[in-house]
Amino acid sequence: MTRPEMRRRLLAGLGPLALLAVFVVLFLAYGPLGVFEAAFPPVEKLTIERVTLRPGEMVVAVTNGGPQPVTVAQVLVDDAYWRHTIVPDRTVPRLGRATITIPYPWVEGEAHAITLLTSTGLTIEHEVPVAVESPRPDARYLLTFTMLGVYVGVIPVFVGLLWFPFLRQIGRRWLNFFLSLTGGLLVFLGVDTLAEALDVRTGVPGAFQGTGLVTMGVVGTILALTVLVRRTTARAADGPQARFVLAFLIALGIGLHNLGEGLAIGAAYSLGEVALGTFLVLGFLLHNTTEGLGIAAPLARDRPPVSRFVLLGAVAGVPTILGAWLGGFVYSPVFATLFLAIGAGAIFQVVYELVRMMVRQAGDDLMTTVNFAGFAAGLLIMYLTGLFVAG
Amino acid sequence: MGGVVSRRDFFRIAALGAAGLTGGALVRPRRSAAVAAPPHVAAPKVQPPPAGHGHDVGTVGEVDLRRAGVDPVRYLTHFDGGKVSRLPNGRTLREYRIVSHNREVEIAPGVVFPAWVYNGQVPGPTLRAREGDRIRVHYTNAVDHPHNIHFHGFHAAEMDGVEPIPKGRSFVYEFDAEPFGLHLYHCHVQPLKRHIHKGLYGVFIVDPPQGRPPARELVMMMNAFDTNFDGENEFYAVNTIPFYYARHPIRIRQDELVRVYLVNITEFDPINSMHLHANFFHVYPTGTSLTPVEFTDTVMLCQGQRAILEFRYRRPGRFMFHAHQSEFVELGWMSFFEVVPHDAA
Repeated sequence: MTRPEMRRRLLAGLGPLALLAVFVVLFLAYGPLGVFEAAFPPVEKLTIERVTLRPGEMVVAVTNGGPQPVTVAQVLVDDAYWRHTIVPDRTVPRLGRATITIPYPWVEGEAHAITLLTSTGLTIEHEVPVAVESPRPDARYLLTFTMLGVYVGVIPVFVGLLWFPFLRQIGRRWLNFFLSLTGGLLVFLGVDTLAEALDVRTGVPGAFQGTGLVTMGVVGTILALTVLVRRTTARAADGPQARFVLAFLIALGIGLHNLGEGLAIGAAYSLGEVALGTFLVLGFLLHNTTEGLGIAAPLARDRPPVSRFVLLGAVAGVPTILGAWLGGFVYSPVFATLFLAIGAGAIFQVVYELVRMMVRQAGDDLMTTVNFAGFAAGLLIMYLTGLFVAG
Repeated sequence: MGGVVSRRDFFRIAALGAAGLTGGALVRPRRSAAVAAPPHVAAPKVQPPPAGHGHDVGTVGEVDLRRAGVDPVRYLTHFDGGKVSRLPNGRTLREYRIVSHNREVEIAPGVVFPAWVYNGQVPGPTLRAREGDRIRVHYTNAVDHPHNIHFHGFHAAEMDGVEPIPKGRSFVYEFDAEPFGLHLYHCHVQPLKRHIHKGLYGVFIVDPPQGRPPARELVMMMNAFDTNFDGENEFYAVNTIPFYYARHPIRIRQDELVRVYLVNITEFDPINSMHLHANFFHVYPTGTSLTPVEFTDTVMLCQGQRAILEFRYRRPGRFMFHAHQSEFVELGWMSFFEVVPHDAA
């Protein structure tokens, strides 16, 4: 490329940008700013992200997701002006955060309402539906959340993996049935995770664009995992290596889903929304055990060492513990939305890989009665165990 | 859709179940009859307030009085007798000039309210005359919205102050000050709720011809502000600034007669009230009689209603007075008298 060509290309590339800069300068200098600067009240969007309850004290974390700084002038608890301190400052800049500490004799098991009054008199309200002391990251709560994760995520996954010898003994038709069943399980989980992401998204401060986070999380994960699979299985399209990668991806997808579950559990616990019912854990074990089966199914034709199963089980189950910690101690709608979206993307990508593997093995004739029955059974198992648990 | 339980709910339910498996260390029962609580767990306990916090209720910070709608100390005792002259027939003429403006006022620490004001303040100036005086109010509306002044009392129909006065226009309200009592003036342009709660009101006192016994006289306008315009008040107070007299108690002397001119202009709430601690007062409804009708410690007034209260404190010390609606107390209508002993004064 000659130098004039180079210059021309540079100009063509940067020209529009330069023009844009000129317009920005013109707008700021002479533009119709007056039109926008009319006596409208400022737009104030403050989001209460988290309320931590300690004995005789409430700690409120707020984020400014709006276009302008917001000043918290006063704080009300249960319709009473209350003493408080705000760090770092009463004025929260755009995308900034602040922590409000209120000495308040809250009542365990009852509802409380927190209202922030801005300097313009606007009110931002938040409800604590059931007040319970928030968990602190001390040994007791770490143990609790760890055990929660173990029961909800790790044990079911490993128990499900124990079906591997069974899967090895059944015939090809039935293996297809279980692979289809795995597909059904995953689709159920994927839709559920996506719905959860879209639900949590509504709590994300405006400027952080919850919908954008979901889109980026889902699509970005699908693309990233697809590239990863292509790289790791480039040489062997369908061998033990490829099948293990698929099993690993299923484990990863389920792991990310379980991270979301852990977040929900931890957050619900710290928000005081956890209802009682020990017997339900039994149903929960049953519900998630199928996840282990799904991970093992692609490996039925191989003889992987036990260490690989441990790895797969850990990838799928341990994130539940991590999620419970995060949800319990540092829950934030922004991260919860992102994690859930990543989980949904990972699961959908895994469904795609699973179908590809089945196509490679069975040709185009996927729509067999057995496969359909397996897929439907997968959906139905998730639904029915869910009902049993919820009941 | 009561039958549908989301997966998330199911986690909530399941999670504590799992916690139960960890040894029950974290299991706390909630108020659910369906769940058998462990026998050792008592009813929900009230968290004791942390030590060292006497009065945690209240706003944080101080109002900048230069930006405030009123100087709460001055307002208590400032009576405007107008420009006084004699009419040919020997009667007293009192002339007032009142202008309505828009003004951003700091009504609570750090909270700015787009008020509508008479002579720059909320409440407007306290006008005071003797029964039979001639009152002449030169009123000018300086702002875009039409406003006016409606006085309580006897007057001719054209002086009733219900006709809106447009921007830049003036009107002279002229009438005799009667009957004696504690009255009110306020803007009477529709929508009435907004014109009143934004600040266009004030006290109008007509003294009886023979006067009242000498006393320490205090004006208290029970008012409130709806800062987010949702039809409910965010702040309640006497004389605009919430908790002001709680922070800066009103000093009175032991045994001196105290006369409170209490007026309720609170918008959106049907009633307001005042309760005096450690004391009782005589109530003169609307101040139109010199004989009290009740001896009590709590008086209730609907919007626009007013009463003169008279009392003495026999003991020195700090005594609360406030609305006896707890909600209003915690939203700002809470105050103190500081009763100074004889010898200290």
